[in-house]
Amino acid sequence: MLKQLECSRAIAETIARCRPQVVCAYPITPQTHIVEALSELVRDGSLSPCEYINVESETSALSVALGASATGARAYTATASQGALHMAEVIYNVAGLGLPVVMTLGNRAVGAPINIWNDHSDAMALKDAGWIQLFARDAQESLDLHVLAFRLAEELSVPVMVCVDGFVLTHSVEPLDVPSQEAVDRFLPPYQPVQVLDPADPVSIGAMVGPEAFTEVRYLAHHKQLQVLTRLPELAAELAQLIGRPSGALLHPYRLDGAETIVVAMGSVTGTIEVAIDELRAAGLAIGAVALCAFRPFPLAALAEALADARRVVVIERNLAPGLGGALASNVRMALRGRAIPVHTVIAGLGGRPVTRAALRPVFESAARDALDDLVFLDLDNAAIDRELARSGERRRSGPAAENLLRDARRPR
Amino acid sequence: MLEIRIHGRGGQGVVTAAELLSLAAFREGQYAQAFPSFGSERMGAPVTSFCRLDAEPIRLREPIDRPDVIVIQDPTLLASHDVLAGLSTDGWLLVNSSRGFAELGLADWVAQFRPGRARCVPASELARQHLGRPLPNAALLGGLAGLTGAVGIDSITSAIRERFAGAVGERNSAAATAAFTLSRTEPVPC
Repeated sequence: MLKQLECSRAIAETIARCRPQVVCAYPITPQTHIVEALSELVRDGSLSPCEYINVESETSALSVALGASATGARAYTATASQGALHMAEVIYNVAGLGLPVVMTLGNRAVGAPINIWNDHSDAMALKDAGWIQLFARDAQESLDLHVLAFRLAEELSVPVMVCVDGFVLTHSVEPLDVPSQEAVDRFLPPYQPVQVLDPADPVSIGAMVGPEAFTEVRYLAHHKQLQVLTRLPELAAELAQLIGRPSGALLHPYRLDGAETIVVAMGSVTGTIEVAIDELRAAGLAIGAVALCAFRPFPLAALAEALADARRVVVIERNLAPGLGGALASNVRMALRGRAIPVHTVIAGLGGRPVTRAALRPVFESAARDALDDLVFLDLDNAAIDRELARSGERRRSGPAAENLLRDARRPR
Repeated sequence: MLEIRIHGRGGQGVVTAAELLSLAAFREGQYAQAFPSFGSERMGAPVTSFCRLDAEPIRLREPIDRPDVIVIQDPTLLASHDVLAGLSTDGWLLVNSSRGFAELGLADWVAQFRPGRARCVPASELARQHLGRPLPNAALLGGLAGLTGAVGIDSITSAIRERFAGAVGERNSAAATAAFTLSRTEPVPC
């Protein structure tokens, strides 16, 4: 049933219907509302049995989830940005041990400079840690993906990170349908661990592995991820039957019929891109879009197929890989190897800068004329950059760039 | 689609106002999206929130640069921030003030609006009367319902009661209703 809800609240209610037995949390903006709401649901008995564990840091939060998962409990946590980096070592360990923890990442920029707003820097810093990474294109999908995530995680014994754009999605209030308890119960069977710390049948988990077997253990992690490429679409179809809407996929195509220019993006920018594409289609431009839901594993074959008729690709990239461009565009190029078509990287929406139709439309039009640069920074204030470069060229001790640019931005012109 | 932008200060319930408006519209079967423009919030710091209403599902996720409606919860922002940016004289303007547009320095501009589309409502005073605290957001939502007709006053008061149980909900509803009634009367010439 549709209700007007804050997305974070609705995610918490969805998590509760997945019946986690252990939730451990350390608050960090912008995911805090999710774990706050979960703490209420545990306290008032709506989520039971479940142990809600307050911890003193993100490293502890995920360590508790790791331990809980190893004893056979369904475990959940959430984090963002610096919090994700704080727990980075444990993130690798959870994946390396093959423990099916589900974690929400309320996507936020990574400092310095400190910034609480949305981009994908945190997810991209952890893209190769061995977790499945699913990106929600809208608020509704950010609910449904969590249900899929528990099933995928537990079936394959691999952790899943559900990436939800901070503020843009987490703090949006809109009509949302929390999947019913009945649908979730039918979709998500009780967790059957493949490995479990059980005093009655003791094993050790976390062996030191030398060169004789390390590559094979790592290969198996890759093998698991590849299975997701088949299982995710199957499970998404099964879930769609139960909740009555399509949600979750390797990727979501949009108006690809005859599209010569195809935009590739992830997350909440999808809706704005679709509106821009509708406007450009109405003006006669042959343009479409692909929203990736699965970033890890990366759906090389599905994306290659979606882009088969493209003459050029524009990647809207909500992160910056300094010295290269963007992680998403690099991965998209992998799907296009052997094809001699331009793949433009558009760095957009860093640190919460809005990505608007007004900014996107000319970029898409320019790409369609083959007049777009290879690497573009959307809405970059080039004059401010030039002034700072001039200042730093004038004298050695020009001071911190972040403070300089803030002062520059506040100066009336 | 109707796009509404609300300006006020931390502690005035700016974010809650957009949320309540979306809840009221949802009750009427409209699609509604409410979202804040978050900073590192502090009491008294400028805060902006946004609300889109439409008959269709809403896909846009950009902030509202060209609002159809602007609500100003704290008129002191008019002097220090460009809170009216993007509003055309085809739109609606609602300002929390017991003074008139002349005293706010907006009389000439507001004169270009269509009749009945720009209005000052003494929302803080109404809130003081009904809640005992100068929290203007509920009263302004009543004013918004009266000014624009985008949502009904019953939906506004129901949304307020749904969000705030008991006396708090009742008092805020009363403030909203008072502002609604006031906004439907002829404005005092200024």
